[in-house]
Amino acid sequence: MTLLIQQFINGLSVGSIYALIALGYTLVYGIIKLINFAHGEIMMMGAYFAFITVITMGLPFLATLIFSMVLAALLGITIETVAYKPLRKAPRISALITAIGMSLFLQNLAQVIFGADPKVMPDLIPKRPINIAGIQIGTVTIVTIILSVFFMIVLDLFIKNTKPGKAMRAVSEDKEASVIMGINVNRTISITFAIGSALGALGGVLYSVAYTQVYPTMGIMPGLKAFVAAVLGGIGLIPGAMLGGFIIGMVETVSKAYLSSQWSDAIVFGILILVLIVKPTGILGKNEREKV
Amino acid sequence: MKKDTLKSYLINLLAIVVLFIIMKMLISNGVLNRYYVGIIVFIGVNIILASSLNIATGFLGQLALGHAGFMATGAYTSAITAMTLIDRGVALPNSVILIISLIAAGTVSLLVSLIIGIPSLRLRGDYLGIITLGFGEVIRVFINNIKFTGGAQGLTGIPMLTTFDNTFWITVFVIFVLYTFTNSKHGRAIISIREDEIAAEAVGIPTTFYKVLGFSTAAFFGGVGGGLYAHYLAFLDPNIFGFMRSVEILVIVVLGGMGSLTGSIIAAIVLTILPEALRDFAQYRLLIYSFLLVAMMIFRPQGLFGTAEFSMKMFLHKLRHNQIISPRKEIKDGD
Repeated sequence: MTLLIQQFINGLSVGSIYALIALGYTLVYGIIKLINFAHGEIMMMGAYFAFITVITMGLPFLATLIFSMVLAALLGITIETVAYKPLRKAPRISALITAIGMSLFLQNLAQVIFGADPKVMPDLIPKRPINIAGIQIGTVTIVTIILSVFFMIVLDLFIKNTKPGKAMRAVSEDKEASVIMGINVNRTISITFAIGSALGALGGVLYSVAYTQVYPTMGIMPGLKAFVAAVLGGIGLIPGAMLGGFIIGMVETVSKAYLSSQWSDAIVFGILILVLIVKPTGILGKNEREKV
Repeated sequence: MKKDTLKSYLINLLAIVVLFIIMKMLISNGVLNRYYVGIIVFIGVNIILASSLNIATGFLGQLALGHAGFMATGAYTSAITAMTLIDRGVALPNSVILIISLIAAGTVSLLVSLIIGIPSLRLRGDYLGIITLGFGEVIRVFINNIKFTGGAQGLTGIPMLTTFDNTFWITVFVIFVLYTFTNSKHGRAIISIREDEIAAEAVGIPTTFYKVLGFSTAAFFGGVGGGLYAHYLAFLDPNIFGFMRSVEILVIVVLGGMGSLTGSIIAAIVLTILPEALRDFAQYRLLIYSFLLVAMMIFRPQGLFGTAEFSMKMFLHKLRHNQIISPRKEIKDGD
């Protein structure tokens, strides 16, 4: 029983990282209908930013985190302006290929700059198990869950209450109409990329602290799974990404612990396929009728 | 068959035979050494993979991100078929064993594609892409964890049946089949689904049937390409068939032009040679490759050829009449 609860908490922690990354996919998809395949790489760059900050400046954890998130946000805006903006009116698949190209580019850039070998991430959070009612939980796990939930609440408040947040929702509903209402669409898209990338970087830092490693290809698998999470919950929907992230994290942890660690990826993708066949718009998605 | 069509086929066949003879001469002269021949074999494999994916993505208009899954299915089926045949002591020439294995590879890939295609082809656009992506990964994990594929250690001892000669002719044959397929009644039905699915349905085209047909044709030849690949490498590791492999094939299709087999052929040649040519810049080569990819998409999103095809007959006609080769017709790609 204690083991089950322990696994449950681990799943929650892994899931919250996936949820953070999934938010980036979902925000961008919601607003420009693009699967931003480079998002996993932004997460990787976020981890590297944190790594460099710690090594060179030795800042404390929170400062490092914020520094890395700001840098990642700037990176996200740059990528959007350079690579995606010229393709707004191009066929969807061209934009998709550009995103894939961008993802490859960032991966190889990181490889050229930092080398292909994994770097050891310093312990940003002092690691010791905390004993709560006989259940051993690592500090990293707790910090991950707390930080993720905190930023999700901040995001939710931002989207619901602030002007840029409302603009984001408006643009994702109807781009033309929001232009008429005087919303600066380009700026809103940039803000979306900035927020998505910052959350991705947060996920990346937490991921690299949990697994104590940073390497150029670290973004691929978590990126793919976070993407699965976003689709599972209903792509374009913010609560969907959070729900999907937690489900994927939970399924992965539980199947690794009780079934087989080799098959867990197949189980994750299998669930994705089943959900898409039964309900293509995802768990929280609304069915939309195809317009003729 | 019309006399005109027959004539153009003969011209093309002649050009191909000339090309084959030239390459054979270069190989026997030693101008093209083993390393170059290897690259040529990979070009052939990539041409088959890209042009088959082009049927699903370019002609049918369905985004598929799991072509490596079908390639893997084909590669393993073909390898295991050939190994069993040789183990049983079946006395057949190598090329016959290769053809039997490749047909088996294509068939199994086709069956696998039906399992995923029938339920999921009613989804559109991105969702189909996502589901094929997931399926491709499931296939990879599956191969990684079952016994008779050698699992994560990989499959060794695959007979090396792929040579320059049979790669060349199999590639030519596959292109021929795909070309005639896209120009047949069925091919036109498939193209009409890309242009407007609702309109296609309205004129009485069974869209579901043709979607599955296009998708499984792509899977069949994807499997054949995988088989050819397996018999050249003689070693299979499930992890070479990951998501990035699917992406590589898709990149060839998009760069060449979705809906142009000529484009797929040219792009397959360029994109197979490019990383090899950039080998001197070892660590920068993928950086340059990805940069070119992004730049290409920004400046020419419809790909090199758009939906146009190169025709030997038109080319000769233009040469004879001393005309400047007119710019390729460009079709604006809708969303």
